Amino acid sequence: MNDIILINISIITLLLPLFGFGLIILFSKRFPKLYMLGIGLLIVNFVLAVILLYAKLSNFLTQDINFQFTWIDFGNVPYLGNVHIDLGLKIDNITVIMLFVVNLISMLVHIYSLEYMKGDKRFNRYYAYLGIFTFSMIGIVIANNLLMIYIFWELVGLSSYLLIGFWYEKKSAADASKKAFITNRVGDLGMFIGILIVFTTYHTFTFDSIFEQISNGVLPFDSNAWLTATGILIFMGAVGKSAQFPLHVWLPDAMEGPTPVSALIHSATMVAAGVYLSLRIFAMLTADAMLVIAVVGGFTSFLAATIAITQNDIKRVLAYSTVSQLGYMVMAVGVGAFQYAFFHLITHAFFKSNLFLGSGSVIHAMHHEQDMRQMGGLRKKMPVTYAAFIVSSLAISGIPLTSGFLSKDGLLAGSLAFAHLTGHWLLPTFGFLVALMTAFYMFRLVIMTFHGEPRNKEKYNHAHESPFVMVLPLIVLTALSLFFWYTPNPVGPEQGWFLSEWVRPAETVVPQETRFDFMKTTGEEVSGHSAGAVVFSEEYEHAMHWAHIPTLILSLLLGGLGILFAFVIYHWRKIDPDELAEKFKSLYLFSLNKWYVDEFYQATFIAGTLKLSYLLSLFDKYVVDGIVNGTAFVTRGISTVSGIFDKYVVDGLVNFTAFLSGLIGLGFRRLQSGRIQTYLVLVIFSLILLLLFFEPF
Amino acid sequence: MDGFPILTLLTFIPVIGMIIVLALPGKMEKEIKYVTLLSTAIQVVLAVILLSNFDYSAGGIFQKESFQFIEKYKWIEIFGGSWIGTIKIDYFVGADGLSVPMILLTALISFIATLSSWNINKSVKGYFALFLLLDAAMMGVFVSLNFFLFYIFWELMLLPMYFLIGIWGGPRKEYAAIKFFIYTLVGSVFMLLVMIGLYFSATETLANGSKAFSFDFLVLMDKANYLKDGILSPFNPHNLRFIAYIALFIGFAIKIPMFPFHTWLPDAHVEAPTPISVILAGVLLKMGTYGILRISYPIFPQITHDIAWYIGLFGMINIIYGALVALAQKDFKKLIAYSSVSHMGYVMLGMASLTTTGINGAIFQMFNHGTITAMLFLIVGVVYDRAHTRGLYDFGGLANQMPVYTGFVTVAFFAAIGLPSLSGFVSEALVFVGAFGVDTLRTLTMFSALGILLGAAYMLWTLQRLFFGQLPEKWKSLKDIDAREYAMFIPLTIIIIFLGIYPSAMLNIMNTSVNTLVEFLSVNIHNISIGGL
Repeated sequence: MNDIILINISIITLLLPLFGFGLIILFSKRFPKLYMLGIGLLIVNFVLAVILLYAKLSNFLTQDINFQFTWIDFGNVPYLGNVHIDLGLKIDNITVIMLFVVNLISMLVHIYSLEYMKGDKRFNRYYAYLGIFTFSMIGIVIANNLLMIYIFWELVGLSSYLLIGFWYEKKSAADASKKAFITNRVGDLGMFIGILIVFTTYHTFTFDSIFEQISNGVLPFDSNAWLTATGILIFMGAVGKSAQFPLHVWLPDAMEGPTPVSALIHSATMVAAGVYLSLRIFAMLTADAMLVIAVVGGFTSFLAATIAITQNDIKRVLAYSTVSQLGYMVMAVGVGAFQYAFFHLITHAFFKSNLFLGSGSVIHAMHHEQDMRQMGGLRKKMPVTYAAFIVSSLAISGIPLTSGFLSKDGLLAGSLAFAHLTGHWLLPTFGFLVALMTAFYMFRLVIMTFHGEPRNKEKYNHAHESPFVMVLPLIVLTALSLFFWYTPNPVGPEQGWFLSEWVRPAETVVPQETRFDFMKTTGEEVSGHSAGAVVFSEEYEHAMHWAHIPTLILSLLLGGLGILFAFVIYHWRKIDPDELAEKFKSLYLFSLNKWYVDEFYQATFIAGTLKLSYLLSLFDKYVVDGIVNGTAFVTRGISTVSGIFDKYVVDGLVNFTAFLSGLIGLGFRRLQSGRIQTYLVLVIFSLILLLLFFEPF
Repeated sequence: MDGFPILTLLTFIPVIGMIIVLALPGKMEKEIKYVTLLSTAIQVVLAVILLSNFDYSAGGIFQKESFQFIEKYKWIEIFGGSWIGTIKIDYFVGADGLSVPMILLTALISFIATLSSWNINKSVKGYFALFLLLDAAMMGVFVSLNFFLFYIFWELMLLPMYFLIGIWGGPRKEYAAIKFFIYTLVGSVFMLLVMIGLYFSATETLANGSKAFSFDFLVLMDKANYLKDGILSPFNPHNLRFIAYIALFIGFAIKIPMFPFHTWLPDAHVEAPTPISVILAGVLLKMGTYGILRISYPIFPQITHDIAWYIGLFGMINIIYGALVALAQKDFKKLIAYSSVSHMGYVMLGMASLTTTGINGAIFQMFNHGTITAMLFLIVGVVYDRAHTRGLYDFGGLANQMPVYTGFVTVAFFAAIGLPSLSGFVSEALVFVGAFGVDTLRTLTMFSALGILLGAAYMLWTLQRLFFGQLPEKWKSLKDIDAREYAMFIPLTIIIIFLGIYPSAMLNIMNTSVNTLVEFLSVNIHNISIGGL
């Protein structure tokens, strides 16, 4: 298999879902079963993704495949020479792994939705939207340049908008979709400006070309500070899409969408796109930019975990847990644990979509009840769903033998090593606290939903295990949440093929003085990396090594403690949660109300903008237009006055003159005797008079 | 194409149509409509022929040789005495990359507006006669290469527009019509003064070797043609070029419409019947920015350069102010009108950059705004025709009642928001790329980018208020769109999507001319011997 075939296959995987979207949108009225086409196309797409994965990893393990074409050509621009905008694809290992994940989960969600969405009046439309989402997501994954990422980034935003607001009859759904789109746009604004800086400086959007120029010392506006700013600005896009603080507010509301959508878009793929983008631009991040990213990620993971603890809606707990885990990944990018950020992205995609599909199964069984206080005891009724939940919850809590343990442990070790080298101890503190809270709220969820006595007998009695098409994806994803897909050693992720062969360590091209000390190059080239690329110093390797054992012990301890607390409080009821809440009332309310961030935004930005817009509309009406109408009024006034003036003064003068001349005429009539000699006398007399007057001149 | 007077035909086919309409008895309403439809259809066909014969590599702008489809005839030549000399006015039309997109737009929008006029039933004959006259005048503006001719078409457009709003408009039609008329007329007076000033400042050499004053754009662009003491001559140390530039600019700015001269627009739109709004937003507004690019830029390169920052500033004000005021509107049509103010701001920002990307973006944005906003006004028309109200709070839940309509609305709204893969994105992005590349405009550009956020806010909010939620009982009988409305929406939708995916189809038309313009400006800025003021 050669590279051209690989390129062609990836273009086909890109276009097939779009094709499905077009056909379903246009012809669903005539062919009510057209959604089957959407599912069929996704199965084909998944097969292609598997082929790509296999072909790339077996034939081109260390070689990336590039393909690009000119989209817009400005010809020979004065003073600049040839300027053109290229689009293109880059197929590297990360790409094919992402393609596999996206297509797999998308396919599973397509199948799962057959039952979950059954009977919905816009069933076909739903599949069309899933198709356009898959198309856009694949576009982000295979792009080799910032512009194309931005294009598909916005399209993903569109599909997310359409799917969150899928049940637009509900005001909350319509509100949530609007909020998601606009909040994302705030981040995209920063990203867009970052991209503008890049294009202004490098006249290209293509990553490889940008990185090459940076490594040759070309900097935006010739300053390191601007390079940092560019990195942070582009990262703002990730803040929006990956729901990082301060733009995290849209994701919990996005749970208004159908649950399979939450599994596909709002946990596994789209929201991970932000992390993916950060990984793509990793090479151009300076130490300052990385620190900002790490702090944003660390704080977000902490914030979201503290909120997840008190939520009662099963999907909301999972939503905040997603925000928290995304924060983990972002923090991992910031601390330089590049490989673990990606690794966690993948493992999280599987176990989190599993959790969401599991919650969908529960919600389906409970007739669209999402409040965990109405659930309980479901494990007997829904054994497969329960098993899926247990495995995934263990994975997210970082318990050994699961995939989550491998990736989470690595990124926590990364943050610890980073702190050891740079002194930013806050980051691992966040990380380990979050590990504790995660284990706690996940098992709180599991216990409230599946253990104990059913709290709503009526709904419980109707509940039953979901049908096969819904259970099958759970089984697949549960299997993928175990360790052996990634490494043979359940406690040694770095020995597995995933990290040692498939995902290469980070490279950076920023100037030496803007790097962390542990990322500076010594000058010697290390084999297997492109020229100028870095590599972490030995010091860093030592730090990682040093961090390994403490992390392992600490995270196991904290994870275990979290689970224990959950059982003590919610299962064995040794401590009454309500009493606990009463005791720490202000803290409890602060968490329950999501730190009042929404209220704050509502009171400041949203109300402020609306107020400003209202005031400006008044200004427009009364001042700007007032001046126009005022001018017209004044003009009319003047013309009325001059009309009066004209009538009585000017015309009056005319009439007066006429009157006067009539009067004079009367007098002169006598002179006009008709006799020539009298006239002559008069003429001569006048002439003499005139000459006398003019004499002085 | 040699010798085939395609531009004249494009301009005067509607006039022929108008004569036929006038000759028909007023009762033959159907025939009158078909004559109009046929005239505009022929125009579209001619525009396509024009495009297929267009040489993409010819620059135009200031070189007569590289203009295409030129027709130049002696029109008026009289001897005006020793002081004035020979008064010579040519019928001079031609096309380059600047005008071809506008010609295509005019033909397309006129055709679609005709379809949209189908349910006009008040004095049909008068309406369509005026409509065709308007069409001819618009086309004339975009093909003229002689200031006098340009001015005639420019003024000619005013008259039918005045009556079309004033007779076929809404409740406050008289107010809106007179406001539009007077406002534009004020601009025209400025333009007239500048035109006469330029006329007496430059001469061309006639065939017989004698010199004569000239209205010819190309003559006026060449510094060598200016007299030493002409009032608007760059060689005259006491020239009034700066004042003339501002006067001319205000004339064009009123049309754009640029803040603070924009308030005629919402009134005119709200009162105008749907097809006239479509033409107003789709074509007329472009004349302001077209005029600046065609006339102000190449005739006053130095002042353009000196003043570019302010053009960018007003562009930014238009973008943000227009968007914020749009956000506060409760009337659907008024909201779209203010969104036009905002979107035309991008054109100004792009022009201000004086770069290839920026100006390409600006012209492309002119075209895209033409198609997108035309579609938005058609959308307003559809709902207004059925419900007889445009209040944003009177609706809700239309998505289930009118699903196909909702589909088209979604495309148009997202195009207006600047969603990638739809045409609006490419032009806005190019505007930003161009403007951001200029040091002095960088901060302005960053603030202007807020417009894409505000745009999403008011558009999505509108989408929600009209289409989502529960349908009020009284709208349960609203019908989805019919075949005629399909025919209006489908071409626009296809163009919007096509140009979003393959923008080069349009950009290649204008690119050579834009490069020529940029080069011309830069050459004339650096070499000019006497300051612009």
